[in-house]
This record gives sequence, structure tokens and C-alpha cells, in this order.
Amino acid sequence: MQESPKYWKGIEELENSPEFMKNALTEFADFLPVKESHGASDATVAPRRDFLKLMGFGIAAATLASCETPIRKAIPYLNKPEEVDPGIANFYASTFFIGQDYNSILVKTREGRPIKFEGNPESPITRGGLSARAQAAVLSLYDGGRLQHFAIKKGNEHVKTDRDQVDQEVRAALASTTGKIAIVSPTIISPSTKKVIAEFASRFPSTEHVMYDVNSASGLLQANGGVLPSYDFSKARTIVSVGADFLGTWLSPVEYAQQYITNRKVSSEKREMSRHYQFESALTLTGSNADVRVAVKPSMQGEVVLALYNAIVGGDAASSYNDESKQLAKAVRDLKNARGAALVVAGSNDPAVQTLVAAINQTLGSTAVDTTAPSMIRQGDDARMARLIREMNAGQVGAVIFYNANPAYDHPLAEQVVNGLKKVKTTISLNDRLDETGILCTYAAPDHNFLESWNDYEPKRGSLSLAQPVITPLFATRQAQDTLLTWAGSPTTYYNYLRNQWKGVLGGNFQKAWDKAVHDGVAVGTASPAPVAQVAQPLDVNAAISAIKSAPKPSGIELTIYEKVGIGNGANIYANNPWLQELPDPVSKATWGNYVAVSRKMAVERKWEQGDVVEVSANDKTIQLPVLIQPGQADGAVSIALGYGRTNAGKVANGVGANVLPLASMRNDGILYTNVVNIKETDAKSPIAQTQTHHTIMDRKAVVQEASLADYIKDPKDVTEYETISTPEGPQKPNKVSLWQDYEYKNHHWGMVIDLNSCIGCGSCVVGCQVENNVAVVGKQEVLNRREMHWLRIDRYYSSDAHKEDFETKGKLDTYEAMEHPSDNPKVIFQPMLCQHCNHAPCETVCPVLATTHSSEGLNQMTYNRCVGTRYCANNCPYKVRRFNWFSYYSNEKFETVNGHMFTDLGRMVLNPDVTVRARGVMEKCSFCVQRIQLGKLEAKKQKRRPQDGEIVSACAQSCPTQAIVFGDMRDPNSRISQIMRREDGERAFHVLDTINTQPNITYLTKIRNTESEVRNA
Amino acid sequence: MNSIRLRSLPHLLLALFLTLAAYGQSLAQTVGSAPAVSKEGVAPDATAGATAATATAPAAGGGDAAAIAAGDALFKGNCAQCHAVNDVVVGPALAGITKRRPMSWIIPWVKNSSKVVASGDEYAVKLFNQYGKQQMPSFQLSDQEVTSIVAWVTSQEGKATGPTDNANGNNIAPGEGSKTPGDDAAAGAGSYVNVLLIVLVVVLIVLVVTLVIIANIMKDVLRGRKDLDGRDVEIIEQRFDYSKIYKSTAVRAIVGVVFVLAVLYESVQGAMGVGLQQGYQPTQPIAFSHKLHAGENQINCAYCHTSVYKSKSANIPSANICMNCHSQVKTESPEIKKIYRAIERKQPIQWVRIHNLPDLAYFNHSQHTQVGGIECQTCHGPIQNMEVVYQYSPLTMGWCINCHRETPLNTKGNAYYDNLVKLHDTKNGAVPFTVSSNGGTECSKCHY
Repeated sequence: MQESPKYWKGIEELENSPEFMKNALTEFADFLPVKESHGASDATVAPRRDFLKLMGFGIAAATLASCETPIRKAIPYLNKPEEVDPGIANFYASTFFIGQDYNSILVKTREGRPIKFEGNPESPITRGGLSARAQAAVLSLYDGGRLQHFAIKKGNEHVKTDRDQVDQEVRAALASTTGKIAIVSPTIISPSTKKVIAEFASRFPSTEHVMYDVNSASGLLQANGGVLPSYDFSKARTIVSVGADFLGTWLSPVEYAQQYITNRKVSSEKREMSRHYQFESALTLTGSNADVRVAVKPSMQGEVVLALYNAIVGGDAASSYNDESKQLAKAVRDLKNARGAALVVAGSNDPAVQTLVAAINQTLGSTAVDTTAPSMIRQGDDARMARLIREMNAGQVGAVIFYNANPAYDHPLAEQVVNGLKKVKTTISLNDRLDETGILCTYAAPDHNFLESWNDYEPKRGSLSLAQPVITPLFATRQAQDTLLTWAGSPTTYYNYLRNQWKGVLGGNFQKAWDKAVHDGVAVGTASPAPVAQVAQPLDVNAAISAIKSAPKPSGIELTIYEKVGIGNGANIYANNPWLQELPDPVSKATWGNYVAVSRKMAVERKWEQGDVVEVSANDKTIQLPVLIQPGQADGAVSIALGYGRTNAGKVANGVGANVLPLASMRNDGILYTNVVNIKETDAKSPIAQTQTHHTIMDRKAVVQEASLADYIKDPKDVTEYETISTPEGPQKPNKVSLWQDYEYKNHHWGMVIDLNSCIGCGSCVVGCQVENNVAVVGKQEVLNRREMHWLRIDRYYSSDAHKEDFETKGKLDTYEAMEHPSDNPKVIFQPMLCQHCNHAPCETVCPVLATTHSSEGLNQMTYNRCVGTRYCANNCPYKVRRFNWFSYYSNEKFETVNGHMFTDLGRMVLNPDVTVRARGVMEKCSFCVQRIQLGKLEAKKQKRRPQDGEIVSACAQSCPTQAIVFGDMRDPNSRISQIMRREDGERAFHVLDTINTQPNITYLTKIRNTESEVRNA
Repeated sequence: MNSIRLRSLPHLLLALFLTLAAYGQSLAQTVGSAPAVSKEGVAPDATAGATAATATAPAAGGGDAAAIAAGDALFKGNCAQCHAVNDVVVGPALAGITKRRPMSWIIPWVKNSSKVVASGDEYAVKLFNQYGKQQMPSFQLSDQEVTSIVAWVTSQEGKATGPTDNANGNNIAPGEGSKTPGDDAAAGAGSYVNVLLIVLVVVLIVLVVTLVIIANIMKDVLRGRKDLDGRDVEIIEQRFDYSKIYKSTAVRAIVGVVFVLAVLYESVQGAMGVGLQQGYQPTQPIAFSHKLHAGENQINCAYCHTSVYKSKSANIPSANICMNCHSQVKTESPEIKKIYRAIERKQPIQWVRIHNLPDLAYFNHSQHTQVGGIECQTCHGPIQNMEVVYQYSPLTMGWCINCHRETPLNTKGNAYYDNLVKLHDTKNGAVPFTVSSNGGTECSKCHY
């Protein structure tokens, strides 16, 4: 039997407040204000004189405009590069890593401009996947917030200065420096860059290179002897994660998601899944995907690990964790059963906790942990950074160089950094802009963007990766490595330096091997010296246990500081990126800013409503943020995302949210992303721009289906509920009863299958679609007005524990009431929702001007230049996937801040030239990436053959790191999509809202949860 | 009074008609001395001299058909800029290449000719010297690709001599290859009808004149007779009263309606023409003559517009392509010196763009040239006769759609279409398989 849980779309729906009911019934608000905010009233009425003036002007303008056609120029190259042809995209392999997660990328360039990233399938680490952050990073090249020239601070201003003069002054200053020279950076995984820094240090012997990470893993490093183990989640049949968001933000999420999902995909031939327990405080992306999730306060997470240690390794120090739900015991049972294929990870930065986790994994003999080819992507050492900050304040530092590091903003001791900098004589920033740290530095020598640079990377020992420039530097910047080499007095360029470094690695015919490495973007080999243990001595297990036992047991509200999937660690290129700011958080669906996530119980107790601004204080610092009621949030604890509250990142990021990092606590010079906080109510309100609660159209059955693995094992044909329609001939499938004629597809029939079991909700597709299709960013106010433009959204549904099966035992009324109540810890399901390209499309029949029509290949076509904006189609769309252009987002100055990349010539370089930028007053929606379909067909025709399966993929399908989305030609019997549909027909395949017989071309596959079954002995 | 009015009315109407007609004509025409062009644009018998050499010819002769097909595309993409099969362009004619040289020589030559020359290969050195020590660039092609190019070349040997032999710019229908025999028949029938019409008109005029003369003679005879009564005299002297027509409400109403309709029609036509640039012939910064290059010198279009067979846009050539020849040819010309100056100053030449499609329409050259096998002249007109290029076709959506409705798909030898052609033939084989019957008039084929 299928479980049919009641899903609710948000707290509003759950509460069923009168206001919500009103809104739910009137699906489209009566009055959608055109001007500034909700408050606008009569001001929107235009006076008669204004009308006449505008009309007069309009007629005059139209007349004038039609008189003369502007002369357009066609300007060819003087000397055309051989491989560049206008109109043909070139792809170059490169690498994206800025202190967060590593992604091997293919850069798509058109006419020499990078316009999109795609995953590099050659990479053994990311295997063609990309995170949402990496997808969006192409915009960082065209970021108007970048510093465009070298500068020296005179008074309070940074004055544009000649590069040679900066070089001269800096060299003189460094040569005369007494005391330490510090280079501060986040983790650097580039072996050649490290060598450059070493060379710099040999020129200036008092140099110390200090790495620190915003999302530090120094506890994990310390517990593993100075290296990060490589995890392989595909080898784990039981996974227990204590606060590690490994699918969203922890270390290498793209890599982990791909590994994780290999054991989560099911079919009737493979009816088994891994089992995933998550113990965490905030409801993270990983927690949302877990089979079993237990909400645990941050202070208890160490105790959870201790309890696991006791049960698995056998310790005697009692854990104070109260395993009320008995899930810990089950986790222990499954870990022991899966022995060898069991894995425990923890997100804590406490070395004691990580020491125990290492011991547990060792006892389990986990093959999923590999310390021989360790991961390099976190090398930051909290203690050294803390020491440097003390030294700066003590006046022992003579010069400091910040390379991509912004501790004046993103270090918990930012205040001391600011104070300490005043005592440093020479301060230099190589950051790409005058950020919070850069603005304090005397010299600014901005670095190239990574798309303008040569570089190498070694994300894992033995796996190398290259970055190549794909565009001539846009500004008068210089690559940081070249800058350091220049200052160190080295005559070589970094490119030659890099090649020399690689000569030792590639060997053989170097030029050939080098060309291949540049072409592939990745290579095998290592260029790093053996790891130099930067970190303090590892703890021994007993010391770790006593450290956990002696940790102060907080009383009061606990705070967890976490990273958001979109903004990540809040580095410049993430924060000032409107795509990422507007990417809805996978779980809360909030955009533009952070908030205090509280449990429902706490909100009721403290009489908070969503959007109430509260004051959160700790460490004598206070921040103000609105409250968001988050189901699944551990009670007695709150969560706030880092990466917000920027003041100097650029137009987009400045003033969005508040910076929570000053509230973090330090223990033994290590950053703990938890603290005890005081929360005080204020009178203010600040609405949170969420993208989901207003999509109430889905309040019907059979939108999303799920079942348990146990049921699936029993009978795969019994997990999906198919509705039927009563006819004189008995119940029939909905598509057997139709008034309409069916289309005949002779050539292609494009379709998509979305496996809800594989979709982890990471949002990579949302950004990928936005980049590919020139989708506008609308900003917080317009998201609040329910006018976001994403063509593809990921609907997130929470479930409640009550089921209809309880009707008999508890009575209908009571059950319905119970279904309205949340479980404190809901199950979560993600459903990517985009235009379903219905074969019987309700939108097509209502368009009065035939602007939306059906193609002979199954596409629901949207013709912008025919659309007159009646919006009938959006009203008639049962899936609510059509988007209306309320404004000219590319020219209305109201959107200049948030949609700046469509305004300036600089930003427009990122637009996809094959896709129209839509004008005001027209409807738009997912086109199934028709430009890619057309291109793929054309390539096939040119080569006089049929297109091969996998050649034509939509941007979302291509971005998906877990391959949850499969796009293809359903007319081709051998295509992957046809095979899946044949296999899953009658089992997991279903259409959303099947009964209304829209016959979508998108098929979903029922989600299977491994909730009950026990992991058996291998 | 009446008679004056009577005479002036038809004059007025005539004048009005002529004015309107002239107005309409001026809309269709344009700035300056643009040649008259037809609104239909598609002129199937337009001369095709310049590109005929590359017209897709069915693969014939020996060799694997697939290899030849692949070679066709590769040749156009890589070789056609400097080589023709049966003619010397920049490099030698390739006909008979397999007889002259073995594959084991050709492959390394294509991949890296300078290496072969440097190795001291006698033939290579001779070739190098013979062609002005112009180095053939290296091509990153696989052995198989080179083989397929050669296979294609072999299949084309002697074939395209027609167009190239017919050089010298005269239009002795070098585009014959793309013409169906029916065209000639239709043209013949057309001229026959014309002659017949002229003969008829002449006969009619003679008849009318004869009748008038006869009537006058008879009138004179009657006037001479005295035995006629008053009624008969009245009939003879009868004159038509034109004022009755003028005063007739019915006639007035008809004329009024016709007048209003004519004005309306012309204004609608005028409004539709806003933004249309057919015949647009701007002055270019350099007086480049397509007549000289494409017409008289028979330079292949793709030699300069290198991406026309592979890309969305048929790029305007970069200055280095001009330099391939003009580093030697006509170096003293003031127009050529403009190119030198541009290169020296590193300022690209700013040509005026003639063909402007709106941003909302997607057009891909390679779809039409490489896949559709359409001649450049079909849309761009007799480009080989244009001293200064003008926009030949209206480039309106109606023009696009019309062509898509009428043009049969170029499916021959293209495996993409095999199944579709079969499906079409079994269902309604009588109707031609046009672009639109394959979905070529659907919105999102061009708008996305």
C-alpha cells in the first residue's frame, strides 16, 4: 500500500489562518501593486494630464522611431583567431575553486566571452557535476563590484595608481619591513601557487603563510593527523552524519552527492538502498534527504558521537544523550551490520568530536574512508590565524598581504582584525575588490578573475586539475601569483612557472602531455610535497572523551551557524552574485538574506510570528534578523546562515541580511560554529522573501508520490497510485478519455524523466537554467510580490505523520486534524517543477493570439513577440510554471541593483546570445532549452545522421550532479529516457495531476524511502 | 463648363493613380540608385556562378558514400577557402590528387605541410615554390578525415567544370545544377503567352480604328442624304451626355469607394513597409566590389565568409583574410591601403551592416547552406553582379514563411531525413515534402 501523507507547503498552510485561507482561495491577489511596495495605494492612479503627456510623447516617439532605422555596424576581427568562429560556442576545460568546493568545469564561450559553465565529465572527482555556486560563478567575471585597477589608499580613498608605482612602493615597504610578513589566504590547493608563496618567503624570510577557512575544518584535520580523509559515500551502505551537510555544503558536496546517489537509485532489478541517519540541529539539505533524521541540539552532537563511540568501539564514559526516539540504537545496529561499508561523518569543528569519529570509522573498518589519497580542500588552521590576529594586535607584524582573504568580515574575531590592521605598517590586498578587508589596506593589487588566469589545483593527492584563461583580462588587474613573483623579484611569469612545475609531474613528452592536460582540464599525478602538518598534534581518544565530557553544558538558547547552499561561505564572488542571492534555499525556500530559524514550539512559546525581527546577541555583539519558523529545527536551538551582512562586496550583496560570524565562539583557538545566545523581541517586522508558500495550486492529490523501500521490495508495481476515471466501460486511465485529438510525432518527441529518488534538491538545475536562458533576477520585493522569474523551481513539501489509514481507528475528523499538525521533524521531498510540456496543454487553448502553441516535436512553444500579455495561459496552467514579465528587468532602473548584469555592457557579456531577452508584458516559461535542441539537430543534419541520445540535453538535465533529470527523445526506442519509461511504466512512473489529462511530457518517478528496513549483514 | 469638368475628372483619377503607384514603387525601391528588385526575392533562375562550385552535388563515383558525405562537410569547412576540385584558387586544383600523390604523402602534408617541405621532399618543395611560397596551414584532422576529404574530391572530379568553365561573369546559367528542367518549360510557355497577348492587342487596336473609320464614313454618307426625318437626324447628331455620368450617384459612390479603398490599401502597404530595408545600399568604408571578387574572379563565397557552412553567422572576413591575396595583389590601390592602415593602427574595419534581422528571430546560415543546400543568391540576390551590396530580399517573416512553405526539403543523402521521407511518402507522397511539412513554420523554430 502506498503511504499517502498529507503535504503542506509551509507554516501558513499548516496554521490555516483566516488570512491564508483568503489568499489560498483567491489564488491571484486582487491588487498587485505596480509601484514600490505593498503599502502603495492611490498613488498608482495616473492623473489625466500625465496620461495626455505620456500619450503625446508616446506618439511622437513612435513616429520618430519609425522614421529612421539606426545604422548598425558589423565589425570583424582584424586577425581572426583560428578556432573562434562567430556563432559557434567553444568549450575550454578549467577549474573552479575559491575556498569552498572544488569543481572541474568546461567553460562555454561565445565570440570569446565565457557565458556558461558545464561540468567536466573527465574529472574523476566531480564527474561532470556542478554545484549551484559553481554554475553561478561565471557571473563573477563580469561583476561590476570588482576593482578595475591598482590603487593606493590616500586618506580615506583608494586612488587609481600606476601598476609600476604600486610595485615600487610595495617592494620598498617589504624590504624595509621589520617584524613578520604575513600572507593570509583561505585554503590554497594550487601546488604552484604554494611554491610561489614559498619563493616569496625565501626572498623575505620573515614571511609566514597563514591559511584559514570561513567554514573551517581544522578540527577534522587535527583529528586525522593534518589531512582530510577522502570519503567515498558510494561504498557506504549505512551512513550516519552528525551535523555534516555533505550534500549541500560540507567539504566536497558535488562529489559526495554523486557517490551518495549511486546507492540511492532503485529499480525493480535493484531493490536496495543505503540507509542514511542524520543527527543535526538545523534542517539541512542532507537532513532533508536522510531516511532517518533526528533533531539534536548543537551541544548534544558531541554526546551523540560519544554514544556511537561507546556502542561501537566500546567506551565507558557515559553519554548524556537521551536516545528517546531509539534511532541512535538503530543507527548503531545498522552501522554494525554494514561493517566495512559503514560510514560516520560529523560536521563539528571540535577536534575531540572528530577524533572519536575517526576512531569509530576505524573500528568499523570503513572502506569509505581513505587517508592515503587525502582531500586537500581544507587546510586552514584556526589556531594559527588566531595567533596571527594576536600578533597583529601586539604590533609584531610588519606587513600583511591578503590573498582572497577577508578576515575583517568573515572571521569571528573580525573586530580584532580591524584593530590589529591599524598596527600593521604595510597592508596589501590582492582581493578582487575593495571588500571589508581591502578597504582597510593601503595597497590594492587586484587579482585576475579565475577565468582570466592560469592555475593548477590538487584537490586530492594524486588528482591534478588545471585552469586556463578563457578571456583576455577585462581590467588592469594582475594575477596574484604574478604579483607575488614580481615583488619577490622573480623575472618569470606565472605561466612559465606553472609549466616548469608541471614538467616534473607529467614527464615524458612534456608538450604533448601538457596539451592533453590543458585540453582535459585534469591530470593524474601529484605536484604537492608531502603534507606538512600545519595543525596541532592530534588528540588521543581518552583526551577527546574527556574534552567532550568537560565541555560546558550550555543552558539557554543555542545557536548553530551554518552555510547556505547558495551563498556558501559568503566570499565576494558568491555574495555579490544575484543568481545565488535569489536562489531559494532548498529547505526554507527563502531568498535574499538570512534569518533566525526557530522551531515551531519555540515560536509559539515566545509568541513569535514569521518575519518578526529579533535581536540575537552573544559575545557582546548583537544582530537583528527576522524569525523564520522552520520545521525540523531542534527545539531550544536556533540556526543562522553565515555569508550575509556584507558591507563592501558590491551593489548586490551590501546590506542583505546580517553577519552572524561575530556570534561564533572560540575554544582553544578553534572556531566553533555554535554558541549560546540571548534573543530579544523587537517591534520591527521584516518579511522574508520565500518563493514557495504562494504556490497553492498544488493543493490536490497525486502531485508527488512516495513509498517505503519495504513496500517497493514487496511489489514495485504497488508503490505508485494511478488514478482512474469512471466510464461506461468501467474505470479507465485518464488518457483514455479525451475530447481532444492526439498529436502525432513523426520526428522527435522530447521528454523528461525526473527521479524523485535521486533529486536531492541542491538547486544546481535552477541556476543552470537561469544562466542558460537569460532569466531575469527580480530582487527581494518582487519575490515578495510573487513575481520571481525562475523557469524551473524545486518544490519542497514537508510531510506530516498522520495518514488516512488512521480514519478507522481515530475517526475522520480527528485524523484530518492530526494531518494538519506538523510532526516536529517532518519528512521532506523535493520536486523540480517546470513547464510540463503537456500534450493536451490547457495554456494553448486559451491564448487569444496563438502565442503559445504545440510543436511537432512535443514542445509547448512560447512565442514572445506574439504575446500580448493577457496572462490567460498562466491562469489556466495547473502547474503554475508560467512567468510574466511585469517589468523591463533589463532597463528599468528599479532593477539595476539586483539585475545589474542585464544593464551594463560589462554584465550583458554573460547573456546567452541564442536566447531572447524578454521584454515587459510578455509571458515566459521553460522552453525545454529549444535552442539546444535546435543546435543538436542541426549538428546531426550537417553530419547527415540522426542525433545520438545524450547529445541533446536541457541545461537542467546537464547540471544535475545526481542525474535525477534525464532528457531525451521518447521516439527513439534506444534512448535512455525510453528505456527508463519502459522499465518504470506501471511501477514508479507517474504524471503530476494525471487525472486532469494534460498528458505531460515530463514523467516523475516515485520517491522511495528506506525508512523501516534494517540493513542486513553483507 | 461641363466639358472641361468632364475632361478633367479622368485626368485627375489618372494622376492620382499614377501618384499612388509611384509611391508604392518608391517604397519598394530605396535610397540612391538601387536596382529594382522584386518583393518575392526568391528568383530560382538567379545566376549562381560564385557558389556553384560548392553546390551540394550527390555523391557519385567510387568511394564510400558516408565518407564522401563527411568529406563534403570537411572540405567546405577547411579546404574550400583555398582549393577547388577542378580549378586553381589559392592552392592547386585537387582533381586527380590520388593519381599524383599517394595517401601516405597527402596525410602528413595536410597535417603539417611545412614539416614536409622542411623534410626536403622534392615534390613538396616544388609545390611550395610554384605557389608563391605560400604555406598551407596545418590542419588538426584525423587520417580518416583526410581520407574522406580525398574521397569526396575524387567523387567530384570533372563534375563541377560547368560553372567554373563558364566563368568570366556572363550569366549562361551556371546555376543549372540547382535548376529543374521544368523551369525552362515554364519560361518558354510564359514568353509564348506574351507574344500572343501583344498580337491580340494589336489586332484589337486595328479593329477599333477600322470601326471608328467605318462609322465616320457612314455618318458622312448619312449626312449627305436629304431624305432623313428629324428623328433620324437627331440620332445621327446624337452626342453622349457625359454630365449624366458625373451626376449619377451610383458612379459617384463607386468612385468614392474605390478611392477610399485605394488610399487605405496604400497606407496599409506603407505601414507594413516601415522598418523594411529591402534595397538598402549603404556606402561602405571600403569600396569593396563583390562583382569583381565573386563575379569576375570567381572567388568562392566561403573563402572570405569562412563560417557560412558551419555557423549561425556568415562572418564578415577579418583583415587577415584580405591579406592572403592583397599582401601581393593591388597593393597600391587607395582602397586596399585602408586595410593596411586598419591593421597598422589595430582598428578593425567598421562595415555597415546591411542585413539586420530583429533580435527576436533566430537565423542560422549553416542550416540553409550546408543542410538545405540553398545558394547564397537565393536570398542575397545576384551578389556576383553587385558593385555595392544591397539588401535584395525583404527579410520579412512572410518572406521566410513563404519560402518554407514552398521549398522542398533537401533530404537527399541525409540520413537524418531517411525515415521522415519514408513516412511522408507512404502517407501523402503526392505533395512535396516541404520545410513546413516537417515543422518548419512552427514558432519555436526561429523564435526562442
